[in-house]
Amino acid sequence: MQSTPAARTLDVEDLTVRYGAALAVDGVTLAIEPGEVVALLGPSGCGKTTLLRVIAGFVRQASGRVRVDGATIDHLPANQRNIGIVFQNYALFPHMTVAENVAYGLRARGVRSSEVQARISRFLDIVQLAGFRERLPRQLSGGQQQRVALARALAVEPSILLLDEPFAALDRNLRLDMQIEVKRLQRTLGLTTILVTHDQDEAMSVADRIAVMNKGKVEQFDTPVAIYDRPQTLFVNGFIGTTNLMNGKVAALHDGTATVVLDAGASFSLSAPAKISVGASVLISVRPEQLALSSVPGPGAWKIQPGLSLPLGAQLVHEARTVDGASLKIVEPRRASPADTARVYCTLAADARPTLFPRST
Amino acid sequence: MIKPAEWQLALPLALAFASIFLAPLLMLVGVSFFNDDKISQPGLAQWAKFLGDPFSYKVIADTLLLGVKTVCATIVVGYPLALVYLDAPPRLQKVMIFVIVMPLLLSVVVRTFAWIVVLGREGVINQLLISLGIISEPLRLLQTELGLVISLTQIEMPLMLLPLISVMSRLDPNLRDASAALGASRWRTLFTVIVPLSMPGLVAGCLLVFASSTTAFISQTVIGGVRLIYLPLLIWQQSLVVFNWPFAAVVSITLLISVLTVVSALSWLGRRSGGYVHG
Repeated sequence: MQSTPAARTLDVEDLTVRYGAALAVDGVTLAIEPGEVVALLGPSGCGKTTLLRVIAGFVRQASGRVRVDGATIDHLPANQRNIGIVFQNYALFPHMTVAENVAYGLRARGVRSSEVQARISRFLDIVQLAGFRERLPRQLSGGQQQRVALARALAVEPSILLLDEPFAALDRNLRLDMQIEVKRLQRTLGLTTILVTHDQDEAMSVADRIAVMNKGKVEQFDTPVAIYDRPQTLFVNGFIGTTNLMNGKVAALHDGTATVVLDAGASFSLSAPAKISVGASVLISVRPEQLALSSVPGPGAWKIQPGLSLPLGAQLVHEARTVDGASLKIVEPRRASPADTARVYCTLAADARPTLFPRST
Repeated sequence: MIKPAEWQLALPLALAFASIFLAPLLMLVGVSFFNDDKISQPGLAQWAKFLGDPFSYKVIADTLLLGVKTVCATIVVGYPLALVYLDAPPRLQKVMIFVIVMPLLLSVVVRTFAWIVVLGREGVINQLLISLGIISEPLRLLQTELGLVISLTQIEMPLMLLPLISVMSRLDPNLRDASAALGASRWRTLFTVIVPLSMPGLVAGCLLVFASSTTAFISQTVIGGVRLIYLPLLIWQQSLVVFNWPFAAVVSITLLISVLTVVSALSWLGRRSGGYVHG
């Protein structure tokens, strides 16, 4: 690799975008570190793509600022922002060869033709498509088209790289390869990168930090592990990973620890969020791997009706129903011994970290 | 079972084409090889008369040139209009489509007479220009080629715009954004991305406008008058005024061949530039 351009910071400050009366992006603030990969994760219509398009300069915000290395870029049209973007459908120029596609941005910037040729070779080498210079996009597979789109975006040495659902059109195996490839490229070039996706596995595997978005707002902006282990809102909790939700009531509060009685008939203590009071109805969220089956009754165990047990790779997924009608999923490592039919109680596993959410009625 | 049914379904249309299109065309070719207007003596005299007369070549050239001028005018006006249409909000697009298609909904005679009102000595254009003080004497627009090209441009506009819009609206809108993100100006995007990719629509539009304007007998005659002579007028004079059918047949075949030549050249160009749209 030749020169590695210094990675830039990207700051989004109190950004709001309106489409007519609707708020597509509602007061989003994100501070992105140099060289970081941030995933904007959320269901469709959450405003993640709109946010990306504002950063690229395709959409104007109603208010708020976007800064690259501290300088606002809001007044610049898209063609002067020097931000690379890879679209979900790649948007390769269908009438140009691979080499012409890669050269497009360089020619638009008036780069000398010897330098253009050098960069075509360099970036096609980087994406491992050196032998495909004279092909047309339609003569390439989806994965190859995506590599061309990446080479095209990277060839102009952008300050920021934006990826709009870049893996969505690829099949499963290729998707993982390309995720690794993109991560490798991003590391080598040290590019600050924003990835838009609705796929949580993709966000988890590629991103350094994830901004979970819902209805135009960022619900939580944190590392993948923190988002999985300590979801801050019920939305994030439900959107990331699989979880069990159980109804309960707060019986006592003491020093930030709440004692909760499940409607299913057990009680335990856990750390309480700020705005909660004794007697409040709450939802308790526990990940399937944080529950355990037991044959012994006790204060921390509640009765269940066991359902199906499905082997899933190295794990066994048990389905069960509580006495108040909630359905549970419990994951345990698969053991050699046959399933113990007497295990009709459910408890929290030793390292369980259940999360408490106030229940909105 | 399905295979024979398929060609059988096309049979009525094929027969209709053969009887009302192909047969008369063959008869037309046959008629052109007679020397006299009674169609009794076979010979090449009419062809010799037409091809030996320099005036014929001037009429052929004028006719093809009229087509070229109309095509150029419809591109100059129509292409920007198609770009405006693409960027317009959906509600405005509906209004625009209605306005674009309107000329097709009116009878050609009505459209042509409307243009007489607009282009005449006391017409809208002259009155406007005089009242603005741009000219003092009314311009002569009727019975000039300029007036004819102006009116044909409006009359043929839908034939340019409809294929153009249909091709352009199938272009991936991300291409423009991708081009901008790579640093290209709007003009660069227009000439390196949008124009090349809209070529199939542009060629189809040129083809239709050219074929239609070179054969637009009513507009050519009513607006152009009898002093501007194009091949269709010549055919009409020879067949329905002079009643020299063999000569009219010669002119008809000449018109057919010259228009077909240009049209096939255009569609060859179109095929060469096509194929990227669905790529």
